[in-house]
Amino acid sequence: MQKSTVVKILLIFILIFTSSNLFAKETEKEGKGDLKSEIKEFINHHLQDSHDFTLFSDKEANSHVGFPLPVILWDNGLKVFSSSKFHHGETVAEVDGNFYKLYHSKIYKTDAAGTITYDEEHHATNAKPLDFSITKNVVSMLLIGLLMFFMFRGLAKSYKKNNSIPTGVGRFLEPLVLFVRDEIAIPNIGEKKYKKYMSFLLTVFFFIWFLNLLGMTPLGVNVTGNIAVTFALALLTFLITNLTANKNYWGHIFWMPGVPTFMKVVLAPIELLGVFIKPFSLMIRLYANMTAGHVVLMSIIGMIFLFKSWIGSPLSFGLAFALSILELLVAALQAYIFTMLSALYFGMANEEAHH
Amino acid sequence: MTIPNIVGAGLIVIGAGLGIGRIGGQAMEAIARQPEASGKIQTAMLIAAALIEGIGFAALFAA
Repeated sequence: MQKSTVVKILLIFILIFTSSNLFAKETEKEGKGDLKSEIKEFINHHLQDSHDFTLFSDKEANSHVGFPLPVILWDNGLKVFSSSKFHHGETVAEVDGNFYKLYHSKIYKTDAAGTITYDEEHHATNAKPLDFSITKNVVSMLLIGLLMFFMFRGLAKSYKKNNSIPTGVGRFLEPLVLFVRDEIAIPNIGEKKYKKYMSFLLTVFFFIWFLNLLGMTPLGVNVTGNIAVTFALALLTFLITNLTANKNYWGHIFWMPGVPTFMKVVLAPIELLGVFIKPFSLMIRLYANMTAGHVVLMSIIGMIFLFKSWIGSPLSFGLAFALSILELLVAALQAYIFTMLSALYFGMANEEAHH
Repeated sequence: MTIPNIVGAGLIVIGAGLGIGRIGGQAMEAIARQPEASGKIQTAMLIAAALIEGIGFAALFAA
């Protein structure tokens, strides 16, 4: 199969699920009940990772449309089974004589009846097996990774033929790659050393941007709003910064040149703390921005169902539309800022002594 | 959420909002004075705003 066909199929796949979900949203909330807490629960559920890809669900009819994902557990041996065994947390899954139950999106080991014991603060005290499941977030990341692989391989290949002029999706990507190189990498890292970091900067820029955009589709994934994902991304920046740092960088941290000896002693712990705070702020910024964006947007969409009037509902629809456009900007902006600050830190680690 | 937490969160948002607003305003002024340097000013503005935002979010999570 040609690579362009694969990309097209992926796009069609995304479109189909997006549109079916849009359609579903209209028929979703018809029940009376306590609508406010239901919306709150829906938002909380959306923000979390889950073990199945539920596109939409109807609580009263108790029907879920979506597909189950593989669950991979390490519990005295590898256990692999489908998440459909949990029936969305309603039943206990039995695997090789062990019983597992899904409780608040986490897998616990239980007895055959599925009893969950609690401590005083109402935290479950059951044993938790090591969970390596292919969850919704993992699927999204794999999908984006695959998409990026085909898109950029196409771009790279097009330089070999066709007089080095990219075709198709490459025409869209080439200016962005040049943007990362000319506006982010070279000004911050410098002409001499920027090449070493380009692969990481490009990967991180497009990975975050595409995942942010995927979060804007009604597929209901929230990958960059997951602190574990942003932690891993920030950890990479942290490792690359400190492992490629030169003598001058460490000199500025532990024995700041050009200040009195007493100040050198005072500054060293502060600077050392800064080494950890920099990637920590990267992690928090991306996580908090995307989570806040999703919460605000979904709350405003939820207001449509709360108002149920000819004035309120169109108003919140308009607001949600405007905010969606703002979120598209934020999606690109956060990818840009993450890449930019990473490049800034790499540049700091490679600065030569100039006094 | 207790009342001190809510008040603290409000103060954080006010502080971060004032800070980012000032950065944006000053950047506008700087661009008006020197339109040819707008690219550099924008980059610096975004970095500064992102740093303030990061601290704001960190404090919000602590609140």
